[in-house]
Amino acid sequence: MSDNSPIAHGDAAHAEHPAYLRHHFNSVEQQADTANFAMWLFLLTEVMFFGGLFTAYLIYRNWYYPAFVAGSHQLSIPLGGFNTLLLITSSFTMAMGVWCAETRRKSGLVLCLCLTFILGLGFLGVKTVEYSEKIEKHHVPGFHYSLSSFLDPDSDAAAKAAGDKPMALDMARHTEVYFSLYFAMTGMHALHMIIGIAILGFMIVRAQAGAYTSGHVTFVENFGLYWHFVDIVWIFLFPLLYLISRH
Amino acid sequence: MSEQNEHAHHIVSPAVYAGILLALLVGTAVTVWASYIDLGEWIPLPGLVIAWNPIVALAIACTKATLVVLFFMHVKYSTKLTMLTVFSGVFMFLVLVGMTLADYISRAWGRW
Amino acid sequence: MSTIISLPDQRTARIPKVNYLSKENGILSWLLTGDHKRIAILYLISLSFFFFIGGALAGLIRLELLTPQADLMATDTYNKVFTMHGVIMIFFFLVPSVPATLGNFLIPMMIGAKDLALPKINLLSWYLYMAGGLLALYTMATGGVDTGWTFTTPLSTHYVNTNVLTTGLAAFIAGFSSIFTGLNFIVTIHKMRAPGMTWFKLPLFVWAHYAASVLMVLATPVVAIAIVLVALERTLGIGVFDPTKGGDPLLFQHLFWFYSHPAVYIMILPGMGVISEVISTFSRKRVFGYTAVAFSSVAIAIFGFFVWAHHMFIMGISNYAVIVFSLLTMLVAVPSAIKIFNWTFTLYKGSITFETPMLYAFGFMGLFTIGGLTGVFLGVSGTDIHLTETYFIVAHFHFVMVGGMLMAFLSGIHFWWPKMTGRMYPEKISQLAAVVTFIGFNFTFFPQFILGTLGMPRRYASYPPEFQILNVFSTAGATILGVGYLLPVLYLVWSLKYGQVAGNNPWQATGLEWQTQSPPLTENFPVMPIMDHEAYDYEWLEAQKEKEVTSVG
Repeated sequence: MSDNSPIAHGDAAHAEHPAYLRHHFNSVEQQADTANFAMWLFLLTEVMFFGGLFTAYLIYRNWYYPAFVAGSHQLSIPLGGFNTLLLITSSFTMAMGVWCAETRRKSGLVLCLCLTFILGLGFLGVKTVEYSEKIEKHHVPGFHYSLSSFLDPDSDAAAKAAGDKPMALDMARHTEVYFSLYFAMTGMHALHMIIGIAILGFMIVRAQAGAYTSGHVTFVENFGLYWHFVDIVWIFLFPLLYLISRH
Repeated sequence: MSEQNEHAHHIVSPAVYAGILLALLVGTAVTVWASYIDLGEWIPLPGLVIAWNPIVALAIACTKATLVVLFFMHVKYSTKLTMLTVFSGVFMFLVLVGMTLADYISRAWGRW
Repeated sequence: MSTIISLPDQRTARIPKVNYLSKENGILSWLLTGDHKRIAILYLISLSFFFFIGGALAGLIRLELLTPQADLMATDTYNKVFTMHGVIMIFFFLVPSVPATLGNFLIPMMIGAKDLALPKINLLSWYLYMAGGLLALYTMATGGVDTGWTFTTPLSTHYVNTNVLTTGLAAFIAGFSSIFTGLNFIVTIHKMRAPGMTWFKLPLFVWAHYAASVLMVLATPVVAIAIVLVALERTLGIGVFDPTKGGDPLLFQHLFWFYSHPAVYIMILPGMGVISEVISTFSRKRVFGYTAVAFSSVAIAIFGFFVWAHHMFIMGISNYAVIVFSLLTMLVAVPSAIKIFNWTFTLYKGSITFETPMLYAFGFMGLFTIGGLTGVFLGVSGTDIHLTETYFIVAHFHFVMVGGMLMAFLSGIHFWWPKMTGRMYPEKISQLAAVVTFIGFNFTFFPQFILGTLGMPRRYASYPPEFQILNVFSTAGATILGVGYLLPVLYLVWSLKYGQVAGNNPWQATGLEWQTQSPPLTENFPVMPIMDHEAYDYEWLEAQKEKEVTSVG
């Protein structure tokens, strides 16, 4: 029996009707449930969005496997692995943050969100290092792309370390497709990280003000879902891009 | 009271999260280690070569992703609707990849 | 001729003083509204605007095709005209048409809720739609794009220097509008139903929108990434679709059609939902085989995902893929046919009357059937090889989209006009418009089937002279069609001030939206309804008429 007359936020009414309950909902459960479901549907759209890139990757890896191997050898496993550890740990801290919100630990929540934020920034920092290395070596598609690392592997430290043999010119040119997918996929992932970190910043401020530790955890919980999804994308990107063949 | 009902579902304990974190870190280490080892191939039919390395890498990645979905994203403790939503997303992704492959496998597989 | 229209006594009837239109005033109350009904009206106005722009472009096409030579405009300009016609009509009219107007307005009312689950996202959807639309207009103003609405690579990535990027961006933004609308509907239908409103008591309109929404959410992101990749290819030359760099142009088509085939179901399913409601009301009979119709909506949505490569039969996919996709295409025709059968059986032994919405619904049933059957000819790969890229395809999709979807849209607008505005439109002129539209449509598009089988290619400004007479027929029909579409704009706007007061339920329809005032309150219902009867329950309606609650205020 909800109606639209202004609800008196007196003591008795308040318990029934928290300030954050929007008027088109009947109860906080319905509202929280709805928001959660909506976030999952949004994540479905993200799955399909990245799905197109994974499809492209699959096809071209099959077609140009040697070029993909050589391209993958240009990536640094220590950096990529470290990034993976950072992101997985940030997923853990995010999950802990949700737990803190659920158990109303405000300082714990702020700490967890800050840690997640820092780990996320760390990830982006490492990515920046990796990208600048690619730029230096002219491995960015479209921008004076250079084939010398693949035609003459001894001239390139990473290729030499991986024991690459010189490649035929036509296959070497296909390394550009590998790097296109590398930049498209990790770039799109990084874009999602940047958006996530920005929202985290906002959340830290709100968490400090106690917005999420008075029973209304929906925002934190649903952001957590987004953050875990970004982590999952990386869980797949890491082996597919960095670990193609190291033997 | 009603405000607590929001999480009528189980609040997952930090111990579980820590366990999953450990599993994920181990999984990462294993997948890096496995990429340095040549796991060989399986040739069930002439011309059909299945390399084990990518399969192992993908299997480990899928396991890690499943752990994140079930525990960090609380799907194990969520409604059937949530589970259905996750499955439909995975299914659609597999349709996209699989049916596109139907064209490529029969036309231009392993060619350059 | 008998009619079921039942209006209150016009001498004393008034539009209810308190309703969603009068609740707040001022432009900001509209631009910042969360009310799903106001957002629906915003969409209705903007959609009509884009429809007429797309229609003007269609007029230009038909004008050019009056003569065999490319004499009205340069061939490049002609390419731009048909491309923009396609882009605007598909992304900015057909995809949002029924869902964003009627779906937005009615779904909360039909399920007994106060609003959609996410009102702010709903408003965001409209702003995204407007942004995309304005960008498309900007594109037109700055020279247009000439690749065809399908942006086929490598033409769009390497061989044209027209506004591919801005058009792609416009479509990308409109895609997100669509995704958010679909997301909103799915969440609303799952989580906001009134007590007693189980899934199988929902109106079939809601089922149809649910199925279309699943398509919107799952398919649209794939075309989004396809557009992103085209943009990257065009600007940076990344090589993903470029054969000289080892890319495959067909990959773009796979990603593009993975969305664009479900897109046609996104367009038609809501229209089918409208037809279910209209046919039931104007036969005074429950829809035959409710469960079959409900599940066929879901089946169309699911199977629609498996058939996209039937748009690529001649593009270079493998023969094996052709066989697989051709077989699956046969399968997807079945649920659509099930609906047509069920509607026909609904009509059988019903008390049929011929008000305007029903005229449009009859038009839909006939024209969609023809369009759908010709789709089967195209799904069979053997015949498709000869018919594809000819006017047969153009006729096929215009039959289903214009003869089908647009007629359903008009049917729905007329059917729910009294609910949305509180006023009836003038019946006689609207029936005339419906008939004129039907005649004009057939004159326009039926000759195109013949042209296609005779071999006239699509997207060409010039053609062999022996095709001229059929083209002249088609253009003549287009003129009649234009009149048929212009009339509703005129009399509907007229009815806002001079139309008869409609009352709650001029059609004596079932459905929760008809049990409350017209126009509705902002919160839809004065008291939250409890659903204690089946859908399309005309006996319950008889009992209700005794204790009908009329307007508030």
